[in-house]
Amino acid sequence: MKGLINSVSLFWQSSIGKKIVVAVTGLLLVGFLVGHMAGNLLLFAGREALNEYAYFLHHMLHGAGIWIARIGLLVSLVLHVFATIALTAQNRAARKERYAHGATQAASRSSRMMIISGLVILAFIIFHILHFTVRIDPELAEMKDAAGHHDVYGMVIKGFGGPVVSLFYVVAITLLCSHLSHGIASIFQTLGLRTRKTAGATRALSWGITVVLWLGFLVIPLTILFGIVKDPGLDAGHSQSAVEASSTSDKH
Amino acid sequence: MNLKLKVWRQAHADDRGTIVDYDAKDIPEEASFLEMIDIVNEQIIEDGGEPIHFDHDCREGICGMCSLNINGVPHSKERGITTCQVHMRKFNDGDTIWIEPFRAKAFPVVKDLVVDRSAFDRIIAAGGYVEVRTGSAVDANSVPIPKDKADAAFDAAACIGCGACVASCKNASAMLFTGAKAAHLNLLPQGEPEKDKRVLAMVRQMDAEGFGNCTNQYECEAACPKEISADVISKLNRDYAIASAREAVS
Repeated sequence: MKGLINSVSLFWQSSIGKKIVVAVTGLLLVGFLVGHMAGNLLLFAGREALNEYAYFLHHMLHGAGIWIARIGLLVSLVLHVFATIALTAQNRAARKERYAHGATQAASRSSRMMIISGLVILAFIIFHILHFTVRIDPELAEMKDAAGHHDVYGMVIKGFGGPVVSLFYVVAITLLCSHLSHGIASIFQTLGLRTRKTAGATRALSWGITVVLWLGFLVIPLTILFGIVKDPGLDAGHSQSAVEASSTSDKH
Repeated sequence: MNLKLKVWRQAHADDRGTIVDYDAKDIPEEASFLEMIDIVNEQIIEDGGEPIHFDHDCREGICGMCSLNINGVPHSKERGITTCQVHMRKFNDGDTIWIEPFRAKAFPVVKDLVVDRSAFDRIIAAGGYVEVRTGSAVDANSVPIPKDKADAAFDAAACIGCGACVASCKNASAMLFTGAKAAHLNLLPQGEPEKDKRVLAMVRQMDAEGFGNCTNQYECEAACPKEISADVISKLNRDYAIASAREAVS
């Protein structure tokens, strides 16, 4: 047991060990982003579809599912941030005297601002959770649909009504995708999966996922901000929803 | 041709150091970069000054001794050559050239442009060898080695240990060097049995020397005078992960 703990500790202490932790947690977080984006797009399927999906997420495995996911994501995020900050501090220390005349030949702009984009994304995640998960705004917190469930659809449209919040989302998502344009490709390199044969495919996959996420996440605040998607109000299709509401509220 | 030089001068390891301007006059186009500094040094000596100190040895591009960050790029922006192989015809009359030492905490400046790269020697001493005597060169093909592996090992073995990868890396990481040296032996039947031990020891020594961590920006690959691919870094990551897992359970 002592030997095993020693090996794990040596792994964490090493440069490559911490990088592998960053890559694996990054992979889990990218997986979450893909699922999150796909779920978000249910907004375009209407109030019922989105709210039912949200209800399902909150009640899968008798309500335990969402907490398993949340704890997993929180642990991944904490490890990801902790390891990258430790690595960045070492990197800064590895060259005390900077070049008076430096040059860049290969490094992308995104790759050179990973710690900045990462810290802005961290601030955004905190804001986003307070905005739509904790719902510190009581107006958003108390919205119910006809079935008596939390009205995610109405909340999202109301939440993106103002230009300030929507623009912050646009900036944060763009920085997130800048982070991913370097991050996803780096997962393959750090896990040793990038070879001469796979280099092209990993680069294409990395850019593909990044662009899809950028478009998929931004289409929601932008279509709401420009009034393309509007909340028709709970009264639209009222009679049908009212019947469903009475039948579902009986079950609870 | 006449050039303006901005050269890092530092009297000794503990000196603060600064950039000093020099005029390089009447430099022949066919002179190499190091010969250009030789000409400037002759003038400095004539004027009673201390010549600019820099590392060099074979001046044939194979020993790995010359260094210099030229206009921000190790061995200049010319691809696939060392500083000694850079010729002045690559510059224009009247150019300003910045000349700095390879910078990394693990490569302390000894004097002017000379840095101490013995951290690389200690990484090799940690595991960049085969423990048993493998004898003199055996007959070709008496030890069968697949062609693709022989080629990959040969590409990795092209590393001359100059340190351009460290100098160009935004984090002063030595992953391209360590990756090349480990891959060179790990790919061959003579080195394969000690693969795990070698990778763990070399990476731990590399970390202990105070090099930074690779952030996959591929500056090293662009600066390497032997054009070693960052594939060796991917392989080092993979080999290290496997070796760590084996170490943890065995």
